[in-house]
Amino acid sequence: MEPILFIIFGAIAVGGAIMVVTRKHPMSSALYLILTLFAVAALFVLRQAHFLAAIQVIVYAGAVMVLFIFVIMLINVPENKLPMERLTGLRLLGVVAAGFLILESAILARRFAMPAGSTADAGSVQAVGRALFTDYLLAFEITSVLLLAAVIGAIALAKRKI
Amino acid sequence: MEALALKLMSAVPALAGVPLWAMTLLVMVVVAVILLVFALTFGGLGSYVLRKVAGDIQVRIGPNRVGPYGLLQFLADGVKLIMKEDIIPAKADRFLFALAPYLVFVGSFAAFVVVPFGVGLIASDLNIGVYYVMAVTSLVVIGVLMAGWASNNKWALLGGMRAVAQIVSYEIPVGMALLPAVLIAGSLSLQDIVRSQGGLLGIFGWNLFHNPFTFFSFFLYFTAAQAETNQTPFDLPEAESELVSGYNVEYSGIRYAFFFLAEFGDMFVVAALASACFLGGWHVPFFRAETLPGAWGNLLSLGAFLVKAFGIVLVMMWVRWTLPRLRVDQLMRMSWKYLVPLTFVNLLGVSLWLLVFRGKGIPQLIASIF
Repeated sequence: MEPILFIIFGAIAVGGAIMVVTRKHPMSSALYLILTLFAVAALFVLRQAHFLAAIQVIVYAGAVMVLFIFVIMLINVPENKLPMERLTGLRLLGVVAAGFLILESAILARRFAMPAGSTADAGSVQAVGRALFTDYLLAFEITSVLLLAAVIGAIALAKRKI
Repeated sequence: MEALALKLMSAVPALAGVPLWAMTLLVMVVVAVILLVFALTFGGLGSYVLRKVAGDIQVRIGPNRVGPYGLLQFLADGVKLIMKEDIIPAKADRFLFALAPYLVFVGSFAAFVVVPFGVGLIASDLNIGVYYVMAVTSLVVIGVLMAGWASNNKWALLGGMRAVAQIVSYEIPVGMALLPAVLIAGSLSLQDIVRSQGGLLGIFGWNLFHNPFTFFSFFLYFTAAQAETNQTPFDLPEAESELVSGYNVEYSGIRYAFFFLAEFGDMFVVAALASACFLGGWHVPFFRAETLPGAWGNLLSLGAFLVKAFGIVLVMMWVRWTLPRLRVDQLMRMSWKYLVPLTFVNLLGVSLWLLVFRGKGIPQLIASIF
């Protein structure tokens, strides 16, 4: 059952990601990105990381993407005024680089076997919390300082009079 | 689900030959259909009660023509909505326009999966219960945005943007106000949260009376939840007097019905969460429902849970018809300047309380004296 579901959701994620870069209208791209994020959340669920899946949906689909769509809606460019983008050399180079990346990750995956099926416990809130506050404490604290700086910076930039 | 399927297969010999996955799938479908029927019935009867409450508060009678006391009015309305012509505006984005109501409904209906209806009566006791509800709520946000944008109508767009700004802002106080219950139970699973409020202390075992902070937190939750489900006094997304009807203005027929059902589904989920996290969920005061033999315990706890949840729904309707609507800036100020800081302070207070008194609430402390 699990491999089948993995293939289905993986295909949805990859297909959505391809649609994100090929759609003309930014709104469609954003909505396909949401689809991809949901599919990735489903992949997390398959690895028993329920907490991570919920956070993925809440933060990315529920907050970040909503902000994106919000901005797209506010600007609301009519269909015929969308900037046209042409196939340039840089884009072709990007496709080649993506090909190499896929090849590389395939080789890596073959060389280093993934850890065997994680236990139901590994993705629980307790396990994630313990990992964050012991093994990854420094990274966690630095990230929080970074976020705080971002919040203060956003307010300082947006507010005229403080 | 699999456990239930196994139990069913061992109990009924005729089913022993059925493969396990088929049985599990069957159980899942049956549970989903039961929940769907419940959600639809709640939406229908809820609309009747809403109109009757509105009638009482505004000193008029309300629906009274179809059936005894107008009880069948919702069936008539449902038939009307299904028979109505389904119009898609010519300049709308057809695909997104058609998809949006289903997304909204799925977002609100998916939350029913973790509602703890009674002892063992929960579709799936996820270990991230509360977070799961918040995660599927984001589908509602996306659906509302899609509806507002795809309609290609300025009122729908404004309504959609208002709705999203509101839901996203109020999601934070809602989550923060629920966290005290999670802290006390030490688990995000809603069944665990309900179980942590049992005991023979009766209503004093409820999180509501655990300590002053949780008491306050319940009201913070109620206010924020009222706003998150777009109820008056916070129903700016569909403020009729300024936006015609908001994000769903271009919808008719069955698609409109889905928005309508989703609204009632949200209402029930919010009330169910309030009852599970603060009012003891399915616990019957001064009685242990889970010790009753056979299905009686399940039924009694189901009754207790529904009474509490419906009670909260009634209060929500009462508030809805009593208070005037806020302005947009007042709404945003209320969330970001008052509710969010208050819920954070509250969370800190609960954490300190749990640390100082080793997880004991006021009722337990008093009980431990004797």
